[in-house]
Amino acid sequence: MHQTEAFHQRIDKALHNEQARTSFRSTMSGLMQKRAAQFPDNDELQALRDQARAIRAHALTRQPELLEQLEQKLTANGIRVHWAETAQQANEIIYQILHAADAKTLVKGKSMVSEETELNHYLEQRNIEVLESDLGEFIIQLAHEPPSHIVAPAIHKNVKQVAELFHQFFPELGYTENIDELTLLARQILRDKFANADAGISGVNFAVAETGTLCLVENEGNGRLSTTAPRLHIAITGIEKVVAKLSDIPPLLNILTKSATGQPITTYFNMISRPRQPDEKDGPQAVHLVLLDNQRSSIRMDEELLDTLRCIRCGACINHCPVYVQVGGHAYGTVYPGPIGCVLEPQRLGLEKTGILTSACTMCGACAEVCPVRIPLPKLINRLRAESVNAARSEAHINGKGSLRKLTESQAWAIWRLLYASPRNYRLFRWFATRLRGLTPTRLGAWTRYRSSIKPAPRSLQELAQQEGFDHE
Amino acid sequence: MKPPERVYFFGTCLIDMLYPKAGLAGMQLLRQAGIKVIYPKDQTCCGQPAFNSGYRDEALSVARSLIKCFPQNIPVVVPSGSCAGMIKQHWAELFADQVDAEAAAEIASRTYELTQFLVDVLDLKLKDLGKPVKIAVHTSCSARREMGVAEHIESLLGQLDAVELVQQERKAECCGFGGTFAIKQADISGAMVQDKTTSLRATGAERVISQDCGCLMNIGGAFDKQAQDKGKGPVTQHIAEFLWERTHASN
Ligand code: SF4
Ligand code: SF4
Repeated sequence: MHQTEAFHQRIDKALHNEQARTSFRSTMSGLMQKRAAQFPDNDELQALRDQARAIRAHALTRQPELLEQLEQKLTANGIRVHWAETAQQANEIIYQILHAADAKTLVKGKSMVSEETELNHYLEQRNIEVLESDLGEFIIQLAHEPPSHIVAPAIHKNVKQVAELFHQFFPELGYTENIDELTLLARQILRDKFANADAGISGVNFAVAETGTLCLVENEGNGRLSTTAPRLHIAITGIEKVVAKLSDIPPLLNILTKSATGQPITTYFNMISRPRQPDEKDGPQAVHLVLLDNQRSSIRMDEELLDTLRCIRCGACINHCPVYVQVGGHAYGTVYPGPIGCVLEPQRLGLEKTGILTSACTMCGACAEVCPVRIPLPKLINRLRAESVNAARSEAHINGKGSLRKLTESQAWAIWRLLYASPRNYRLFRWFATRLRGLTPTRLGAWTRYRSSIKPAPRSLQELAQQEGFDHE
Repeated sequence: MKPPERVYFFGTCLIDMLYPKAGLAGMQLLRQAGIKVIYPKDQTCCGQPAFNSGYRDEALSVARSLIKCFPQNIPVVVPSGSCAGMIKQHWAELFADQVDAEAAAEIASRTYELTQFLVDVLDLKLKDLGKPVKIAVHTSCSARREMGVAEHIESLLGQLDAVELVQQERKAECCGFGGTFAIKQADISGAMVQDKTTSLRATGAERVISQDCGCLMNIGGAFDKQAQDKGKGPVTQHIAEFLWERTHASN
């Protein structure tokens, strides 16, 4: 099916899911309020955003050398580094590591990059048992659903649905709709698995080149368990997560947690720097880092689109997007939804596959207003729209350039140009439109489904201005 | 800045053909404040509809024809946050590397959204002559975020003694217009304007005032469409028309 049609089908389904829409609305309102409460002083917020933006921009400029430094430091610390160009390669590398260590069971901390590579599916096909240990991820793993939000993956579900899901899979534990009790249940189920898992997999929020430190931000302690309890820890992340210095972390962490969940700090913040040492009592015996490119290098080549890579995956843009709140994450049909999804996914997967996501934006600017690293999201969406309909004007290497150009649409714009770029044509057109306003159709397809029709005024402003004695030069 | 003697008025294509009274009211407000208003007759559009749809070459041709309309070094006043935003924030990108980039930047530097001009440049004082009325304001996203004039409209309305301003829930949220978005993503747009009209109705406001006719077309059109089921909604009106009506004795 063509991407446009498929997208509209998913949107239609999403708009008819009243329960999920209610969940999105209430969760997003809550997150917006909590974020706002963390930034009472606007000047301070803007200064912090400037700082965070500069740190990330600087890291991207120096990315090749920082990655080299990171590899050196990690290796010196005893962490093995692997490079993956594609999602497939990343999965293969991880499987090989697990296979070599004879690891059959796996607990996972939350990782969007592993969603990107569809790691769970890949490993399960190879008879490795994968258990998501983040509560939200655990819920959607049980339900066999993709995440609907990058920070809160199961927000499309309400408590009742979660309760039923738990009861279906663990009937022996009894039925409850109490959130605390449900969390406790999940904890019981998961703790057991932690104790016995052969390996843990996690994402990385920031990788510090200076010290070779992998930083992991989380709230449930599952990240810490996944990275310390099993004998083997594999971290996977995108190459853009590297930052230069350890002193870059406090400002980034500060704005990340406040922007994401409105927390001054998360419950857990892990800094992983090496495997277990001889004199230490816990920690994995071996630690690996898989650094995934998956189109990031090519995004980095474009001066403007490069800004995409500053993203620290806080989800604030998603929480504030008036389109996302209506349709939720699944409607986008990609790993990353919302504003950042509309920007990242068409570049990652190609405009011919997901370029249509750029249509899900009113250019309202709410996302860019809150982005902690000042990514000009609507501007980039606009740029990608131009790339998808009009390959001519830029030399950027974006897959699927011009693939959404349709004859009917480009002709309509050509006519528009003919009328509006020539004052004479425009005057003529306006005269007819105002004089023949009675002929304006009363049904204008998509527009009149939700609104009354539009009718030109009997006299244009130009005519009124003249009547009222205004000069025209 | 000292108030200028003369200004250009860029009425915008939407107002020219669909909401000319809003444009005229804007010009009358300026004239009443002692300013000579010039309405260049060759003006058409700033290029925004095509630009936002990705058709940059088409947008450029149209914007280029507009540039010729404002040759003198006097302010260009625009009764729309989104068209003013297009000129001020996006023309630089649209005209990048073009021969007329400098001309475009020069015009952008003297472009003002109407309420911005009334407040920041004219420091306009208003005297309310109207009957008590309850209103809500919908500030367009471009007026709010690109032009930063959300406070300007409210400070003007705040001068009107008999006008009570009520606040709707989720005031800063987009109404779902977004130009061609309303056609391309008609159902999402419909859901958004549904939420917007619901929160506006809940305030009990008699009118909804905005700096942008695009939003008013969307919101007002939805009120009309819903009239059968939900009753008549508030009247939608551009800020210029509202101010002119409130301060002009014959009304
Ligand atoms: S600009 Fe577009 S993507 Fe950003 S919040 Fe508004 S509608 Fe969403
Ligand atoms: S684009 Fe900005 S707001 Fe959105 S997730 Fe990334 S950092 Fe956060």
